Amino acid sequence: MHLKILAFGIARDIFGGSQTVVEIPENATVSGLKTQLEAKYPRLQKLASYMIAVNDEYAQPGQTLSATDEIAIIPPVSGG
Amino acid sequence: MIDIQLSEKPLDVKTCLDWVMDPACGGIDVFIGTVRNATKGKEVLRLEFEAYERMAIKELQKICENALVKWPIHRISVHHRTGVLQVGEIPVIIAVSAAHRAAAFDACRYLIDTLKETVPIWKKEVFADGEVWVAAHP
Repeated sequence: MHLKILAFGIARDIFGGSQTVVEIPENATVSGLKTQLEAKYPRLQKLASYMIAVNDEYAQPGQTLSATDEIAIIPPVSGG
Repeated sequence: MIDIQLSEKPLDVKTCLDWVMDPACGGIDVFIGTVRNATKGKEVLRLEFEAYERMAIKELQKICENALVKWPIHRISVHHRTGVLQVGEIPVIIAVSAAHRAAAFDACRYLIDTLKETVPIWKKEVFADGEVWVAAHP
């Protein structure tokens, strides 16, 4: 399935835009997505950390993804 | 009672104070973040803030609800700015009212500390010779 991944902060610089699309097997997990993203964008591995958000909530590594989810990459936050 | 706003326009301290003012309260604690002119001795020209807005509001709502459970406080107002801010401008205001001051101080500190850890808002420091997304790299 195709997944659209929203990007913010430094992730937007790494993707070269506010979103990217990855092709990933059905029922892929959050950690599967991270592996795929890091293969496509090796600079992600240099970040202090990053999370994946699914439908506006921080996701667990084992969480399964679906094509209808809104998925975002959340690099280290720095508000305030 | 919780008031949360993300705004591209300048924030107003009095708006937050007026919102948390409550006759049952004996005090209001306010944290105001301001744009500092330097980081580690290097001059900062401006900050650029970006938010994943829907999720940021949801996460702010969660931490405010947690604060209302943890401390005997009455009202919370959290306003956060997005966009480009110059030195001296205000990126964040947190105001908390409570019957007694200890709860207001503790809750206010919890809110700003937790905001900085969990709420999907990012700031970029712009220097004369480059720019850095704060906290991105170890």
